[in-house]
Amino acid sequence: MDFDLSEEQRLLKDSVDGLLKASYDFDQRKKYRAERGGWSKSLWNKLAEQGLLGLPFTEEEGGFGAGAVETMIVMESLGKALVVEPYLATVVLGGGFLRRGGSAAQKEAYIPAIIDGSKTLAFAQLEKNSRYDLGDVATSAKKTANGWTIDGEKFVVLNGENADTLIVTARTAGGQRDRNGVGVFLVPANAKGVSIKGYPTQDGLHAADITFTSVEVGADAVIGDPANGLPLVETVVDDARIALCAEAVGEMDESLKSTVEYLKTRTQFGVAIGTFQVLQHRAADMFVAVEQARSMAMFATMASDFDDAAERAKAVSAAKVQIGKSLKFVGEQAIQLHGGVGMTQEYKIGHYFKRLTMIESTFGDTDYHLRRVTDAGGLNS
Amino acid sequence: MDLNFSKEEVAFRDEVRAFFKDHVPPSTRQKMAEGRHLSKDEMVAWWRILNDKGWGVTHWPKEYGGTGWTSVQHYIFNEELQMVPAPAPLAFGVSMVGPVIYTFGNEAQKKRFLPRIASVEDFWCQGFSEPGSGSDLASLKTKAERKGDKWIINGQKTWTTLAQYADWIFCLCRTDPTAKKQSGISFILVDMKTPGITVRPIVTIDGGREVNEVFFDDVEVPYENLVGEENKGWDYAKFLLGNERTGIARVGVSKERIRRIKELAAKVESNGKPVADDQKFREKLAMIEIELKALELTQLRVVADEGKHGKGKPNPASSVLKIKGSEIQQATTELLMEVIGPFAAPYDEHGDDGSNEAMEWTAQIAPSYFNNRKVSIYGGSNEIQRNIITKAVLGL
Repeated sequence: MDFDLSEEQRLLKDSVDGLLKASYDFDQRKKYRAERGGWSKSLWNKLAEQGLLGLPFTEEEGGFGAGAVETMIVMESLGKALVVEPYLATVVLGGGFLRRGGSAAQKEAYIPAIIDGSKTLAFAQLEKNSRYDLGDVATSAKKTANGWTIDGEKFVVLNGENADTLIVTARTAGGQRDRNGVGVFLVPANAKGVSIKGYPTQDGLHAADITFTSVEVGADAVIGDPANGLPLVETVVDDARIALCAEAVGEMDESLKSTVEYLKTRTQFGVAIGTFQVLQHRAADMFVAVEQARSMAMFATMASDFDDAAERAKAVSAAKVQIGKSLKFVGEQAIQLHGGVGMTQEYKIGHYFKRLTMIESTFGDTDYHLRRVTDAGGLNS
Repeated sequence: MDLNFSKEEVAFRDEVRAFFKDHVPPSTRQKMAEGRHLSKDEMVAWWRILNDKGWGVTHWPKEYGGTGWTSVQHYIFNEELQMVPAPAPLAFGVSMVGPVIYTFGNEAQKKRFLPRIASVEDFWCQGFSEPGSGSDLASLKTKAERKGDKWIINGQKTWTTLAQYADWIFCLCRTDPTAKKQSGISFILVDMKTPGITVRPIVTIDGGREVNEVFFDDVEVPYENLVGEENKGWDYAKFLLGNERTGIARVGVSKERIRRIKELAAKVESNGKPVADDQKFREKLAMIEIELKALELTQLRVVADEGKHGKGKPNPASSVLKIKGSEIQQATTELLMEVIGPFAAPYDEHGDDGSNEAMEWTAQIAPSYFNNRKVSIYGGSNEIQRNIITKAVLGL
């Protein structure tokens, strides 16, 4: 039983926090967002220089062989600074598919370029009617003499506007919602028949709706088993959920900090508004919500190494439920306690609120995950 | 970072669990599970079994009978005990006055009182709250005046839990009426058999008798029953209240109650199938389980921190334990009520004194729900806990 970080982990945390402190205040973030594609290539290179893009990959792959705790540390720090660069899309999701399911050739082709920052990825999964069901896939992949032909539409693909390579779920067999018959494919963003419509998202990130029209890929484009790729998808998406829980804790932490700061400095009726008990107690409740969320983000991080896939999934869902509950309360109350200032585009707190709100509905909202825990027989069974 | 118990800790848990399984009297377990009150004899009998095993005063220093366990071991012990369920050692003696005596008392007091606390030869109660002093405890008025080698005590204490069973009461008394609020208070031990003490029951909304009023009318107490220095009682009281921080979440109690919820939900039918199959019910239960898991981990963070850095600097997360712990306990009693629905209504006027053999299996569920409203009030109400977070953590 030990909740402390190891010496190396503490150093990692200090180095990420140090980098972001030096180069990622809220004004700087605005400038990064104004760059082409909506995020900063130079900041991305700095993350690469510090080795952060190579964390989860093995040493043979050119990475550091770091585990879920290291990802938690980085995601929490990225959340604190409200970083818009595509770490989740590229390292956690894209990198996750490659290191968990990729062939030796695929790893060699993509992982070094992730680690050195030269390429980014995007996971094209959501469809018009799939909502949170990862196995609901209408996009088709038909076997050809030389490989596969992909047809279909994907929506709200995070970093889809900028990614060099797309990782696409497509059906190789069976009906739209069958568990079997889901394949995972590597598709170059500039492949013939790929049409990308990019846009900014509510939280200042960038995504895209992507249409695949008779897109031809080789036989070597498949990650894992083309007839049964869903377990891989579920595992990697759970990785992303775990990472999102940590990111949200960083954002909640910062939202609470900013709120407390505001309560101390804003005066009305001749006193700091933080002297009013009704506001104090609201802030205390925010603190409770953040600590409960932090505990569950740790739980999810530890669950990452569970051998039993069902137990892992249940733990991740339980964490996402707690994070969803906490982030809604913390985000909304942060705005409330900042008053009119919280409503302005100019001030940072609203941007934390917006990112938290988007996290809630990314890869399953609170109701979805509560259902997932319930269907698995509850947490203590 | 490793959230699993070590091999040694797992072995310890198994040992504790096995001992409880073999030694908690079945009727005690049964009554606790049904939310009924235990008699004094039932409680004391169990505590003596624990003490004979050497587990009566586990967290005391070894020289006074403690175990020298780590904070994780204490945590495991408490949780296993709550899950039996069986009553924890009497807090007023073991967790409250005992530590005050071995930390601030003189040698004679240590010799006289500590062994009798451990063996429950003395049943202790707590004389802190007064009719006019609840959350604002330091405003207390009960007076102790020095007269030769005696204190003369006059005043009234209230909400005194189990005073009807008590041999001794530890009291905060005002000994310097001219001093500022907190600085004129002393910590005095009083034999409940002393003439001038009257105990009157307060019946709570569940029909139970747990708490009392205790009146002091010219009660003469030997001067030597003062603990520590005169007028320093407030410091000892603060020490006492800060001492038992991690048990307050009562995670094991909620786990045990969830077990009971599941058991009853499998029995009670609605629409021709067990309530346990109802989607709405299942989601409510899963939500409680998730919040309880979060609380358990928050508690373990505090425990691990104490183990590493000592109790000196409380982990800020510890303030969460009382608030969330009480909310979850209340949520479980609410859900039990929902499970049995209309069958919560029948009231047994005999209460649970054992005189009514035909008492329905549902009879204690509503009283237990009513009774559990207390958990967000006692031990520093949840509003006081929020004040603590505000000042100590947020710095507002």
